[in-house]
Amino acid sequence: MKNEVIEQARHPVLIFWIIAGWIGFFLIPWYGVEDGFFRFEWLFDGYPFDTDYAPAAFLLMQGEKLWLAPLLLPLVASLAVLRFRKSDPAYGTILIFVGAIGFSMLIAQGFGIGIRGFNFAWLTAIFGELGDRQFGMGYGALLLATSFLFLFTQGIAARGAVNGDVFVVSAIGGVIVVVSIFVFFPIAKMLVAAFITEDGRYSASVFTTKFFDDRIWGLGCLSGTRCGVAWNSLFLAIIVGFVTTALGLVFALVVTRSGFRFKRGLRALTVLPIITPPFVIGLALILLLGRSGAVTVFFADLLGVQPTRWFYGLPGLLIAQTLAFTPIAFLVMIGVVEGVSPSLEEAAQTLRANRWQTFRTVSLPLMRPGLANAFLLGFIESMADFGNPLVLGGNFNVLSTDIFFAIVGAQYDQGRAAVLALVLLFFTLSAFYAQRVWLGKKVYITVTGKGDAGVHPLMPKRLSLPVFTVAAIWGAFTIIVYLMIVFGSFVELWGVDNSLTFTHYITAFRVSYNEFGIQWVGSAWDSFWTTIYIAAAAAPLTAIVGLVTAYLLTRQNFAGKNAFEFGTMLSFAIPGTVIGVSYILAFNVPPIEITGTGIILIVSFVFRNMPVGVRAGIASMSQLDKSLDESSLTLGANSWQTFRKVILPLLRPAILAALVYSFVRAMTAISAVIFLVSAEYNMATSYIIGRVENNDYGLAIAYSTTLIFVMLAAVGLLQILVGRTKIGRRTQFEAGE
Amino acid sequence: MAEIQITGKAAPVLFENVTKRFGPDVVAVDNIDLFVEAGKLVTLLGPSGCGKTTTLRMIAGLEMASEGRILIGDRDVTKLPATDRDVSMVFQSYALFPHMSVLENVSYGLTFSGFSKSETRDRALAGLDLVGLKGFDLRLPSELSGGQQQRVAVARALVLEPQVLLFDEPLSNLDAKLRRQVREDIRAIQQDLGLTVVYVTHDQEEALAVSDQIVVMRNADIAQIGTPRELYDSPVDRFVADFIGEANILPCVIDTVENDRAFISIEGYQHILPARGLVEGPAKLAVRPSRLVIGAQGGFQARIAKATYVGVRMEYTLEAGFGSMFAVQDEVNAPLEVGSDVTVGFAEKGPVLLPEA
Ligand SMILES: Nc1ncnc2c1ncn2[C@@H]1O[C@H](COP(=O)(O)OP(=O)(O)O)[C@@H](O)[C@H]1O
Ligand SMILES: [Mg+2]
Repeated sequence: MKNEVIEQARHPVLIFWIIAGWIGFFLIPWYGVEDGFFRFEWLFDGYPFDTDYAPAAFLLMQGEKLWLAPLLLPLVASLAVLRFRKSDPAYGTILIFVGAIGFSMLIAQGFGIGIRGFNFAWLTAIFGELGDRQFGMGYGALLLATSFLFLFTQGIAARGAVNGDVFVVSAIGGVIVVVSIFVFFPIAKMLVAAFITEDGRYSASVFTTKFFDDRIWGLGCLSGTRCGVAWNSLFLAIIVGFVTTALGLVFALVVTRSGFRFKRGLRALTVLPIITPPFVIGLALILLLGRSGAVTVFFADLLGVQPTRWFYGLPGLLIAQTLAFTPIAFLVMIGVVEGVSPSLEEAAQTLRANRWQTFRTVSLPLMRPGLANAFLLGFIESMADFGNPLVLGGNFNVLSTDIFFAIVGAQYDQGRAAVLALVLLFFTLSAFYAQRVWLGKKVYITVTGKGDAGVHPLMPKRLSLPVFTVAAIWGAFTIIVYLMIVFGSFVELWGVDNSLTFTHYITAFRVSYNEFGIQWVGSAWDSFWTTIYIAAAAAPLTAIVGLVTAYLLTRQNFAGKNAFEFGTMLSFAIPGTVIGVSYILAFNVPPIEITGTGIILIVSFVFRNMPVGVRAGIASMSQLDKSLDESSLTLGANSWQTFRKVILPLLRPAILAALVYSFVRAMTAISAVIFLVSAEYNMATSYIIGRVENNDYGLAIAYSTTLIFVMLAAVGLLQILVGRTKIGRRTQFEAGE
Repeated sequence: MAEIQITGKAAPVLFENVTKRFGPDVVAVDNIDLFVEAGKLVTLLGPSGCGKTTTLRMIAGLEMASEGRILIGDRDVTKLPATDRDVSMVFQSYALFPHMSVLENVSYGLTFSGFSKSETRDRALAGLDLVGLKGFDLRLPSELSGGQQQRVAVARALVLEPQVLLFDEPLSNLDAKLRRQVREDIRAIQQDLGLTVVYVTHDQEEALAVSDQIVVMRNADIAQIGTPRELYDSPVDRFVADFIGEANILPCVIDTVENDRAFISIEGYQHILPARGLVEGPAKLAVRPSRLVIGAQGGFQARIAKATYVGVRMEYTLEAGFGSMFAVQDEVNAPLEVGSDVTVGFAEKGPVLLPEA
């Protein structure tokens, strides 16, 4: 009985992928369809013979693109496997060869031949001029590549990798390939771009001149002039990292270690900035503290001096980024502060440490991972931040904006952009590395599973006074800033003409009805719908990739797991700006030509936000006892069924977190987006930046306010959709905490 | 290294009318009086949820009594926080600081007690020596076995030479074999140093083995206080009798009482034993399984319903007219047949009268 089941089980999946490969080669357009594949206009526009839309087989029949012909070989060879049983060594061997050879051929021809024929001089030297060219691959090629990949993974599974578990091997293979294509490949491409001279040759001296540019590393600020962008960025990021971490800790202490009554309110208040488009805070701050801002003018009048632009530059950036990134630090810190086992703190007290000594010697050191993570996040976010420097930077140049201007500015200089991006990447990766070293290999896990009764002590007195003061000031400041934002969206021209008006909302979101139905005439609708569409597409993909990766990392053991983990977490340390530049460099040319499409936006969101999905998944999966999976497996489910039926349902909180985070991020992100938007796919954030640059603050703020409310609604909706899994777990505190 | 001796500064503990409430509804400890003599090991024993941990935490100062007074030595510590009491505690989960080495863990409390650096170190090493962990000082807690972690936790508490040392179910995370060993070690150290120890457990065997005195708790209250022998031989009520060792509770009638000696009968079988203040009328009798004599001269009739051989002895389930009971016999070579009728009597000492109900 059992044997029969196993023998059958190989066929559906295997046959599915073989058929997929054939369809990819024979039926689906091989190259990218210019006007969008899913409009299906190509079906009635000369398909299957028109070479723009032809499947590979039809191209070959017409004597075109003959370099695709060898792909037929592995395709046909894959049929041979059907003659073997799974237990036969030949089964696995054939699949491995078919998959590996097919996939490499596909890659090789894609990179070898581009829009100008052969991409490499040595190919021309061997084969002569090609006299033909090809554009970016399309869905036909994608399907065939996927088919080869999964045939390969089934092959190595059949040969015994990961206990022959097809699902796990395929998942590992899939994650490795997509991460290589969308994380490593672009970064590598950017590295190379830093060495390319203007006439397209490679040269190390180009790199060194651009790298050792005074505009990057100059130390003029020590002698009264200006410093290089690298120092500016680094300095800013370090301060922001420290300040946000400290504030995050302060809020976490108030919420978990004090009798403070309005904890819920405080949580909401600190989370608010996360769903706020980044530069909105900058704008509100300008309206308060800028040259004609309310506060500046007030103090100027009071002191009888001219209002100045004191706010633009380092002070403004510091305040805005601290406002924007403190909530992230708070979210990290609260988990860690709550996670410190109360009995450790009680033990310290019975060992004669007073509250302050307990806090200093036990609680605080145990929060080190949280402090390090919070600092790292603040540091990276500050480095990558694009919106705030753009509106508040003044003469204080930072890397992210300089990268942008190197690409879109008057002096278009890809090489310089790449070099700047590398400097940026170097900083963030160093911070990442420094964090690891600082944490060392000490164990900070204090939740043992077996509990004592115990309660967290309250904050020591000498801590609570400053903590409450800081929290109160900051809370009040945040409230004021947000009131400003809402207020600003309803007045004619902030600071100049404060009469109330709906003009901005009407301009942006006007809707009219006529005989053709609803007309979205407002100027913001285009980018609004695009944003919703992209965010809605990216969120589930992020959750899927993130959770599958988390599952592999927590539940499976395989060779190279550490490298795998590093690879999947790497994109976390890569600032959005760097992603933006590297994506342009990598995906502007065949074989993967997706700049200007919605796909590139979706892909960039998925891989930028994936680490969060992974972390959320790991966090909740490591709380699920492994015996759950094991019992499911012994009851006859395979690993895919176990994942779907047992793990996923218990992971609802993690799924929700991943969905919400990636959705919100997709709606508020700007740093990568600004490079990747096109006329057709314009995102809300880049549209708003455009309005800001035209000094159209009212519209910008009105649009941002709308986005905030849309995100609130979306988060609520997601919560309902995903539902809550009730796990029978007791909590120490009653509701209302 | 200077010769460092860890000694005890044992002090007595006194609870006067102490009550602990959590919120308006939960009464975890209800108006108890308790005296723990200096230099003695006292266990708090009782079923889960009866308030043992809460009582212990009130001694430590981790919970504050809602009402009543707590004294350690002659000092009123009722309102004193844990930091300022001269009490150390060994936690159920050990609560070793995971970011500190073994030595740092053991030195921890000393650094707040005004010792010089070198003395702190010497004392900590002496403490480790005392629990048999010489040479482990540089390891992290995560690099120790469960039993070793436990001993570090003990050393960490001991080196402070506290007036009172508290243990909350210290053995519950250890395997059965280690348990016996560790509890003997704890007892040995306590007696050597003359420490006052309050020890929480829900395991009656553990309590009988280590204690000078046992405090049996039930529903936030104290059911009985006494030496292991007293509790075993003369439990005040059915709850204690049942909780400390096994007991058969049999119905009987007290015929007469003379000079605090009761003449009882049970199905016609007569027996004489201390009356413990009871008067004529129906009563209950607690008899340990080992104190039932099968095949005695005089006794009541019973039938063997079940016989189990457990190696060192035989275990029988007996059916009598008033119900069933459980007996053990050391004679294993000639076991009694299931179904045979026997006469059952009581050993000379052992059965205890309990009030009805
Ligand atoms: N912090 C607390 N809040 C509310 N109830 C508590 C708290 N701590 C203990 N209790 C309750 O007090 C009672 C006694 O608990 P405890 O002393 O821990 O029992 P145990 O004898 O098992 O150690 C239990 O009913 C428990 O639920
Ligand atoms: Mg307890």
